[in-house]
Amino acid sequence: MTTLDPVAATCPAPLAEAERVLLGHGSGGQLSADLLRDVIIPALGPAAPAGALQDAALVEVGGLELVLSTDSFVVSPAFFPGGDIGSLAVHGTINDVAMRGAEPLGLSLALVVEEGYELADLRRVTGSVGRAAAAAGVPVVTGDTKVVGRGAADGIFITTTGLGRRLPGAAVGAECGRPGDIVLLSGPIGLHGTTIMSVREGLGFDSDIASDSQPLHRLVRAMIAAGGADVHVLRDPTRGGVASALTELAAASGVGVELAETALPVPPTVAAACDILGLDALHVANEGCLVAFVTPAAAGAVLAAMRALPEGSAAVRVGHVVAEHPGRVVMRTALGARRIVDMLIGEQLPRIC
Amino acid sequence: MKYLDEYRDPAVARLLLTEIHATATRPWTIMEVCGGQTHTIVRQGIDELLPAGLRMIHGPGCPVCVTPLELVDKALAIAARPEVTFTSYGDMLRVPGSATDLLALKARGADVRVVYSPMEAVKLAAELPDRQVVFFGVGFETTAPANATAVLQAHALRLTNFSMLVSHVLVPPAMTAVLDAPANQVQAFLAAGHVCAVMGWTEYEPIAASYRVPIVVTGFEPLDLLEGILMAVRQLETGRAEVENQYVRAVNRTGNTHAQDAIRRAFRVTDRTWRGIGTIPTSGLRLAPELAGYDAETRFGVAALTAAEHPDCIAGQILQGTRIPTDCAAYGSSCTPRRPLGAPMVSTEGTCAAFFNAGRGRTELSTVEGIR
Repeated sequence: MTTLDPVAATCPAPLAEAERVLLGHGSGGQLSADLLRDVIIPALGPAAPAGALQDAALVEVGGLELVLSTDSFVVSPAFFPGGDIGSLAVHGTINDVAMRGAEPLGLSLALVVEEGYELADLRRVTGSVGRAAAAAGVPVVTGDTKVVGRGAADGIFITTTGLGRRLPGAAVGAECGRPGDIVLLSGPIGLHGTTIMSVREGLGFDSDIASDSQPLHRLVRAMIAAGGADVHVLRDPTRGGVASALTELAAASGVGVELAETALPVPPTVAAACDILGLDALHVANEGCLVAFVTPAAAGAVLAAMRALPEGSAAVRVGHVVAEHPGRVVMRTALGARRIVDMLIGEQLPRIC
Repeated sequence: MKYLDEYRDPAVARLLLTEIHATATRPWTIMEVCGGQTHTIVRQGIDELLPAGLRMIHGPGCPVCVTPLELVDKALAIAARPEVTFTSYGDMLRVPGSATDLLALKARGADVRVVYSPMEAVKLAAELPDRQVVFFGVGFETTAPANATAVLQAHALRLTNFSMLVSHVLVPPAMTAVLDAPANQVQAFLAAGHVCAVMGWTEYEPIAASYRVPIVVTGFEPLDLLEGILMAVRQLETGRAEVENQYVRAVNRTGNTHAQDAIRRAFRVTDRTWRGIGTIPTSGLRLAPELAGYDAETRFGVAALTAAEHPDCIAGQILQGTRIPTDCAAYGSSCTPRRPLGAPMVSTEGTCAAFFNAGRGRTELSTVEGIR
């Protein structure tokens, strides 16, 4: 009888996850939150941000309300149906700025390129950055380029930082949700994540599916114009999906969220891909939709303003905010039972059968 | 994609529920065998909508959950070797072994890859002649035909750098093991639809007859499950014990004979250890003698490795349906999907994970009323 420990005697903990960074730490779910709470924020000490963590910071400068956000893009493959790492880097940061109720003013662009990367691909990516920024009306105002040795990066990584100015009348924040608010969703969910997984794993869904990657600042502008300070919360549910985003918002606002499964716009291809892979569409990443908490009085006008724009044409009401079960999202299933919708834990793992 | 809506229609579901309530005059206990069925039942809250006396017990049909700890340790020992590229279906990666799991091993530099088909592993072996490519061949009769085909393909290609760590299990012996258990409470089964799509249901007929237990071959969508439950309740109420087929769109009596041929050519029936349950005679598959050269246990010398389960984990009783996850002291505290002590907490099809993900019995969620 021998008991073999494949990692030898160096590992006293039951699992090694406490010692090494796992891919799941970057999934946007529970593990990511733990990494921030246990490692990054404590390390910053007095320099850490005060209050609830958000994708973009609100900074007051000489009476101006500015919004600052930064994001790194490491998507693999770099080219996928509906976009590429270049357009994604523009849209992602514009959206993070917009979710604080701000108008994006400019972007910085930092490239880390691996030695040996094909110039044709670099032209394709940077051309895509240019087109996406021009189409959004948000200029790239500064940047940086670094090249690292072969194997030190996976082709190309991009970091963009966005600066924006708070829209007049906007008062959104992750902590601003109130019981009674209506939960709105701007469009179909799960498209980006299932597209990437399909291309990456060669599942063959990619002919029927494309990433939803798109800028949402015009949608936000229209929503604030229609609802003003009645728009309490905005969030683009990227990594970790709608479930993780809503759970974080519920926690930040100290409220509960009630969702109706039948109201959720899950495209048939996404549903089919999730069924096959054993994933929950509510945990799959999005890059072109947002969730909003809006007062009941303004919800109708805000929804109408969303539907008037192409990026919000499929906007729907998916639930409401309650005082009960703070920090939790509860869904009424199609059959009428209730279940809790939790954050994504680590990496999404496809199941056996 | 119409199939998704067709078998999830809430209006039809309500009709079926009304019919179940009208038919069940006494308390009954039904086991759904397959983890996919458990997932749908818990996710949709179907068990909470059933009559109070009608109890669903969640069966042993989660391949991730029943793979024994020592086999996971063998996988880890093989995957840790520098010459090995270890391939597996995704949800085996987080299954805890005695000391670590495949994901953590990957973070330490092991070459561990998720594949969606064992044929990808064979292709990888052909592309990487300098690597030893190992596929983790687990699962029920559903995954056995594809895994059989992969070994046969590797043999046809004379690939010397491909091998399989086999831990295949079979459903009917597990059902009889449940029925033979002294504490058994199961009065009817929903048989696993996809297993029967491969094997048909002839092997269930003697079980139904000799144990006097209704068996309904059932699908995985909410309406499938409700209809399967209704058919089982009707049999119980009228004293019948037959094999019936709810999943007519996928299953016939004799099954897929081509798939069965592949299994017969590549594998032989053997005794298997089930995680948490123990050894069940003739309950699994091993490689056929002429394919024994593809057995990763022999190739990497891990056949003698053994391991002991975590003492707090009651996975065995959960897999046999005699206890539920919320009975376990470790559930939700020292055992979560983040740090699972036992396999039923790992896969989304595992009973413990299905309960946890639906928020059942979690003290930190006690503010949510109306959810068990």
